[in-house]
Amino acid sequence: MNTMQATRLVAAREIRVKLRDRTFLFGTLFFLLIAAAATILPPLLSGGPSSVAVTAAAAGPLREAGLQVRTVPDDRAAEQAVRDGDVDAAVVSGPAVLAMDEAPDDVVTALSTQPAVRLLDPDAVDPVVAFLVPFAFAFIFFITSQTFGVQIAQSIVEEKQTRIVEILVAAVPVRALLAGKMIAGTILALGQIALIALVALVGMQFGDSGGLLSLLAPAIGWFLPFFLLGFVLVAAMWAAAGALVNRQEDIAGVSTPVQLAVMLPFFAVIFLNDNATAMRVLSYLPFSAPTAMPLRLFTGDAAGWEPLVSLVLLLVAAAAFVAAGARVYEGSLLRTNGRTSVRAAWRSRETPG
Amino acid sequence: MDAVTNVLRLDGVDRSFGDRRVLQDVSFDVAAGRMTGFVGGNGAGKTTTMRIVLGVLAPDAGAVTWQGAPLTREARRRFGYMPEERGLYPKMSVREQVTYLGRLHGMTAVAAGRSTDALLERVGLAERGDDLLETLSLGNQQRAQIAAALVHDPEVLVLDEPFSGLDPLAVDTVVAVLRERAAAGAPVLFSSHQLDVVERLCDDLVIIADGVIRAAGSREELRATYTVPRYELVVQTDAGWLRDEPGVTLVDLDGARAVFDLAPGADEQPVLHAALARGPVRVFRPVSPSLTEIFREVAQ
Repeated sequence: MNTMQATRLVAAREIRVKLRDRTFLFGTLFFLLIAAAATILPPLLSGGPSSVAVTAAAAGPLREAGLQVRTVPDDRAAEQAVRDGDVDAAVVSGPAVLAMDEAPDDVVTALSTQPAVRLLDPDAVDPVVAFLVPFAFAFIFFITSQTFGVQIAQSIVEEKQTRIVEILVAAVPVRALLAGKMIAGTILALGQIALIALVALVGMQFGDSGGLLSLLAPAIGWFLPFFLLGFVLVAAMWAAAGALVNRQEDIAGVSTPVQLAVMLPFFAVIFLNDNATAMRVLSYLPFSAPTAMPLRLFTGDAAGWEPLVSLVLLLVAAAAFVAAGARVYEGSLLRTNGRTSVRAAWRSRETPG
Repeated sequence: MDAVTNVLRLDGVDRSFGDRRVLQDVSFDVAAGRMTGFVGGNGAGKTTTMRIVLGVLAPDAGAVTWQGAPLTREARRRFGYMPEERGLYPKMSVREQVTYLGRLHGMTAVAAGRSTDALLERVGLAERGDDLLETLSLGNQQRAQIAAALVHDPEVLVLDEPFSGLDPLAVDTVVAVLRERAAAGAPVLFSSHQLDVVERLCDDLVIIADGVIRAAGSREELRATYTVPRYELVVQTDAGWLRDEPGVTLVDLDGARAVFDLAPGADEQPVLHAALARGPVRVFRPVSPSLTEIFREVAQ
């Protein structure tokens, strides 16, 4: 059996155990419900065109505008219909529009003449969407890398804490253990995101946001490779953090730098997303690139070559972190007395190759 | 298996942790088909030695060979190891994790499953196989640990304190299982500080103290080597007169019963005559030293 086979066995066990973990299953279900709710509910709640009460004489233009028209004998009856809540609005002679507490824009528009509008940048993104999409990307990366990173650390500590690690190390190369855990974490994380994305896509079809979908598609396409490498980068740090301690309750203490490395870029991208210079810098820094670069692509600020360069930088950083994480992991895995310092772990490579 | 070549050999193994020298020129053989007891006080270097054999630790100098060749990871995968600090996955079922460990040692899924079932039957855990490890009693967890060490039908067994924490019944089970493996031709190296268990069980003995091998050989050889001429005498009245007998060193005196050593080359018959001259002699016999006594003497 070679390292690759050992890695596969380790990864398979990690995934099997995780898929039986109630907390993980409920967590995933929860995210799926949120994704479904966020895409299906808003169009349903907005409730379609307004219903309007009007005398038969004035009903024509309103009907043409696609509103639900109810004809009433006179203005008094129209006003009464609004007061009774039978309709959203009424049009009375004047013409004047009556409504209870909210101006019915679609009724007003139907009765107004409007100048012709010519969009010079028809692809530009709705400001609300322009805020929500980057937030969603950053949030997904933040939550996922945090959740699955912690799980990698916990799984490493479990093996140290129960001492089974000594049997494992005697049987398979240390690198196979680490690789197996990181691969399992990556597969689970990507799997969960893919499921959420699938539900969101189906939800958008239901909710009739197809236009947004075509806008999002290229950004999502780029988000995947960035997410993958960014996740590996963060997971390597979590693995090293986990290997340094021997008890689950000590993970929090040792992982502060890791948490900051994920949290600071998250907030930077959220708060600086309309600052072009800041975003350009963030889209090249390995820790913020996974969210900042897809975002710039989404808003159309990035040239075609930019994501490639950023991706290469991220790849180099991820490779370096995996190598460093592996060294710390190897150097501290068998130190089961108290907490190991990074320096001590870096220096000692206990196991023969 | 060839009993001559199937030898696990440690040759001049050194190991330090920082400035602390833990093992110094450790050399001994573990022969095929024999149970070798590895005895030493706390901190003497037993665990470090075993970890080096299993490749969990690297030696600073020296080598470990199996069948005459330096150990590779591939060769070590056919070793069975039970570390001193026990542990399996608490949230996995016994059967699943023993099978998993078998697969990590290179078995196919089918072979690992079959071996797991047979072993769980053998150590008396067949009915608990699908239970999570954490729901088992400590004694049963130990049995699972034995199964985990044996699942891949190892060529060599290295067990660090395999009997600590076992109830007497489990000790008997484990002893029987280990004897089977030894009888099948595997070298079995086990450490213990329960010297009575080692005495009952081992064919060969290695004694380590302060990182240095103090004695190694078959139990009989060691007995012969370390046997001082020692006798037990029980007489009718007080045996205190032995103190003044030439060539006699009293080891223990309790009224009518005495244990004494004779000076090298001295004959025991004059002492017997002297005793008979004073009255009836109930017991007069040579005493073989127990392992504990050999150990005390060697490990000083």
